[in-house]
Amino acid sequence: MSNLFSIAFVMAAVAAGAPLLFGTLGEILTEKSGNLNLGVEGMMYMGGVAGLAGAYYYEQMAGPAASGVTAAVIATVCAFLCAAFGALLYSVLTITLRANQNVTGLALTIFGTGFGNLVGEAMGNAAGGFVAVSQSTKSVFNGGIPVLQDLPVVGKLLFSYNYLVYLAVLVAVVLSLFLNHSRLGLNLRSVGENPGTADAAGINVTAYRYLATCIGGGISGLGGMYIVMAQQQGVWVHNCIAGKGWIAVALVIFATWSPARALAGSLVFGGLSVLRLYMNWGGNRLAPIYDIVPYIATVVVLIAVSIRQRRESQPPANLGNAYFREER
Amino acid sequence: MDNQANYAIELRELTKTFGEVVANDKVSLTLRRGEILSLLGENGSGKTTLMNMLSGIYFPDHGSILVDGKEVTIRSPKDAHDLGIGMIHQHFKLVDVLTAAENIILGLKGGGRLDRREVGRQVKAISEKYGFEIDPDQKVYDMSVSQKQTVEIVKVLYRGANILILDEPTAVLTPQETAKLFAVLRNMRGDGKSIIIITHKLHEVMAISDQVAVLRKGQYIGTVPTCETNPQKLTEMMVGHAVSLNIDRPKTEYQDLRLEVKGLNCRGAEGVKALEDVSFEARGGEILGIAGIAGSGQKELLEAIAGLQKVESGHIFYYPPHPNSEIAGLHVPVDKAGEELVGKTPTQIQKIGVSLAFVPEDRLGMGLVASMDMVDNMMLKTYRQGKGPLVDRKPPRELAMRLKEELEIVAPSISTPVRRLSGGNVQKVLVGREIASSPTVLMTAYPVRGLDINSSYTIYNLLNEQKKRGVAVILVGEDLDVLLELCDRILVLCGGRVSGIVDAEQTTKEEVGLLMTHLSGTGKEGAAV
Amino acid sequence: MSVHTEHREPLIRLAKRDDIPRAQAWAIRAAAILLALVTGGLIIAVLGHNPIQVYASMVEGSLGKSRVLRETVKKAIPLLGAAVAIAPAFKMKFWNIGAEGQILAGGIAASYFALFWADSLPRPVLLVVMAVAGILAGGVWGLIPAVFKARWGTNETLFTLMLNYIVLGFVRYLQAGPWGPDLNANGYPKIPMFDSAALLPKALGVHIGWIIVLAVTALMFGYLKYSKQGYEIAVVGESVRTAQYAGMNVSHIIRRTMFLSGGIAGLVGFLQVSGASGTLTENTAGGIGFTAITVAWLAKLNPFVMIAIAALLAILEKGADTIQTLYTIPASAADMLTGIVLFFMLGCEFFISYRLIVRGKGERTHE
Repeated sequence: MSNLFSIAFVMAAVAAGAPLLFGTLGEILTEKSGNLNLGVEGMMYMGGVAGLAGAYYYEQMAGPAASGVTAAVIATVCAFLCAAFGALLYSVLTITLRANQNVTGLALTIFGTGFGNLVGEAMGNAAGGFVAVSQSTKSVFNGGIPVLQDLPVVGKLLFSYNYLVYLAVLVAVVLSLFLNHSRLGLNLRSVGENPGTADAAGINVTAYRYLATCIGGGISGLGGMYIVMAQQQGVWVHNCIAGKGWIAVALVIFATWSPARALAGSLVFGGLSVLRLYMNWGGNRLAPIYDIVPYIATVVVLIAVSIRQRRESQPPANLGNAYFREER
Repeated sequence: MDNQANYAIELRELTKTFGEVVANDKVSLTLRRGEILSLLGENGSGKTTLMNMLSGIYFPDHGSILVDGKEVTIRSPKDAHDLGIGMIHQHFKLVDVLTAAENIILGLKGGGRLDRREVGRQVKAISEKYGFEIDPDQKVYDMSVSQKQTVEIVKVLYRGANILILDEPTAVLTPQETAKLFAVLRNMRGDGKSIIIITHKLHEVMAISDQVAVLRKGQYIGTVPTCETNPQKLTEMMVGHAVSLNIDRPKTEYQDLRLEVKGLNCRGAEGVKALEDVSFEARGGEILGIAGIAGSGQKELLEAIAGLQKVESGHIFYYPPHPNSEIAGLHVPVDKAGEELVGKTPTQIQKIGVSLAFVPEDRLGMGLVASMDMVDNMMLKTYRQGKGPLVDRKPPRELAMRLKEELEIVAPSISTPVRRLSGGNVQKVLVGREIASSPTVLMTAYPVRGLDINSSYTIYNLLNEQKKRGVAVILVGEDLDVLLELCDRILVLCGGRVSGIVDAEQTTKEEVGLLMTHLSGTGKEGAAV
Repeated sequence: MSVHTEHREPLIRLAKRDDIPRAQAWAIRAAAILLALVTGGLIIAVLGHNPIQVYASMVEGSLGKSRVLRETVKKAIPLLGAAVAIAPAFKMKFWNIGAEGQILAGGIAASYFALFWADSLPRPVLLVVMAVAGILAGGVWGLIPAVFKARWGTNETLFTLMLNYIVLGFVRYLQAGPWGPDLNANGYPKIPMFDSAALLPKALGVHIGWIIVLAVTALMFGYLKYSKQGYEIAVVGESVRTAQYAGMNVSHIIRRTMFLSGGIAGLVGFLQVSGASGTLTENTAGGIGFTAITVAWLAKLNPFVMIAIAALLAILEKGADTIQTLYTIPASAADMLTGIVLFFMLGCEFFISYRLIVRGKGERTHE
């Protein structure tokens, strides 16, 4: 059994945390606009299956000439677009047609789960069993950074991950800068806090909500693709997202809507999810108890936030509410 | 044409209706460059609606708007900004968790990066130019009301507004803050800005403006230069010539002490002192009017008596009705030497016979449940009656039918949600229900707001009937003519204090008007600066 | 600075419809379901099947024979029960999305008695004890977020959501450890099947849960519509201020209602373990708590309408099992079809509440 204080544990935590980070960052962007999209799980399914389909069909078409890098790029784009489409459905229903956000989000999760499993399995049926991507594509999702990863200690610790891990960190940094240090980010926050004020200040509330929700959905979808392409090695497994979308929703609260804290939080949650493999006591019997620690932590954060009432760590004030100018 | 170009703003026959209510009826108005215009009118005269059309919140039904002599269409607040029009709303439009500087640049173009230091510098520059005090990095939730207002004004100036509209800017300010604000407004006028200030406080009109435009009941009455007028003349324009309304004021047999309020202190929703050392008596068989400009503590006073508002200190004693009167013995027995109401729950107070029919600004916010029908609204306070876990809808149904008939409530049926009824009918439902509970104290606020003459008289008659039964009626009103004719005594509130209690038959509208705006000591100084 | 000279009202304006004839409203909803089925049919066609045939097989496979009909009813029972459980909370605008966890909590409590008390209690007593334990456990699980909501305003949507996963983890723990010495066919640990004494009796071939759930549905309808507590729930949901004005104890009402909501969900958990599967598994709730939310919402919280919607979704789900065997279309098609139906039904409510006024066609003109 490996040691808890080993490099291997940190690496496993990072690998387990990366899909959560994508899901969380996407949902933070979405919620900052005032939309509580509970469809993260569904969008991750959509992203996952679209990523797999993109890479797989590209390889089928390109034949032996297929390049792993191209397959990965296509997978990423497909995953983003498909999940963003799910978020678009949500946006049309909640923003334009004013449907209840909670219920629409749940419907999106039901739809996305069905869509992912249906397409994933139908692809397998059509291929006569199951789909698998080529070795060169797999290696892209397993790879580290050449040369650097061979450095002692830091090589493994910092440079041994696939490109999606670095992409996730990059998205976190960009999102943090965007929300805190750009005018557009400021406008977006005001839309989620007080759409009436934003509207009066000349901000197009509808456009901001649509864009934030769709881009956020796309980012969440990358988390699904990470699970399918990196963790499942490019094979569709029934119900493969397995509640990670909901963990992402929890992480948003845990991180109190901050991308920087989401970065740390996803590492913690990722670590907790692999903790049982690195702990010497309790064995498999206590494994499910380790699994619920992140949720308990989230509840504690949620309660603490509501009791302390610190203004900066509150949810966006208008989270969950639709906005119509005339109905004030 | 040349003449026109001197006007920063010209409104031509603007009309705006909400359902049946005509908020603005062919209002025409002009604002010259570099002047301060007061828009004067009583509550509900359509001042805010008119300005909202200028700032892009509402779109007019008819009429046209000219800015700098050119006809324009203003469809959104953004259109208004682009035309250099900025409005400071009574309810501030600020994002609490952002800083002053962030709020000021909200929604503006100019570089992707948010350069807080540069914005802070610009904000400071504007502040110094006009004499504001503002910390660009302070969060809005840490600010006082007047600081928030400052942010709003700077926000508008930062956007390059040449025309500023301020909606009741002094309503929430202390006299000292008002004085500061007026100094700033004069600086801006000196800088060539044109300013409209919506108000109903006469002394402020006299202190700050160059011209006064008066609205009355949605109609434009006229514009006069401030130096050629005085408060008396303006009052006449504002309320119209004193016409006798011929409202009954019946004499009653028993005028026994019912409520005794002693040294009441309360804080309002935002922790601001709402009532300060309020003392008065209300008697059975009399209508006690409460006059005052909006937000002087009327709401808090009624809610404190009803047990809905936390009392900081003071007493409210209740005395039972005269044993011979019609309404004796209908409610739970109380201490004859005065039952303390402070500390009791709303339900306990209701059981004693104190009833509140408060018509809030949005009519349906409290007192009625908008999505429920008349029957369900009838039982809001009585649904617990009867044994067993089920509600008995028979009595409320009968009551609803009776009220519908007696008060001539226009509704498709008693099972129509009250939200679909017109304002007047909603008020009849509310007041009717409260009266049906046979109260010994009936409190009502703005019961005739937005009603036509006939409906108003129905309500007045209802109140008079209660008075004749020996009920102590407390009426918060906004129309002084009505208060003078209907009430026996009038209590005037000003800034949360009682500025006077007058005999309605002896007093004049002018006297009450002066009491309403009378700010003892500091107030007058503040206004005169 | 741009100068605006065009004289235009917005291209499309919205106006709230006050009243729409009931028939028209239902016509819009029916059209939405039809459109959803057409959309789903397109996807089926893309997969290379004849949609009409597939739909026909689904109906046949879910309603055609009494055997499959019983299966369909079995799927509808927990869905309806959970939707009814959610109704009072949603009526109060308390967004309880924790029915999933409340079902499991009830299932755990009921299972405890089924596993460890089956020998020592007579059967009717055992079943009643299991039911009561399920109700209490579900109720307490629902009460927890309510206490925090009433005291500190803690966001109940996120709180109830988290509680789902905590209790699910606990079920897995029981499965792997204290309660789960058995291994299933794939070698994973599972909780042993209940003693037959702990299983619900059947009526018309389906466990009597269907009678219980229908009874609860009718009771809930009456509770919301005719009881004093139901009235309080409606007032609190509409306006907390008005409720206080009427002298109601809002915190108490929130707690009481959530205990009730969780309790009914807990009862559903009991029905699932004792009636449907005969033991506790991590699929005892299996997403029912989430789907039920959409059922409750689409039924506008009317328990009787929920029967129809729960039936529709159960038909889709059972029908999908059939087409998996007949056409090798994965059973997940049910989830996707359900999602599409939900999307269309959610969207169509807009056209029931609002009227679109196209520029120039409205009553106002500005020339």
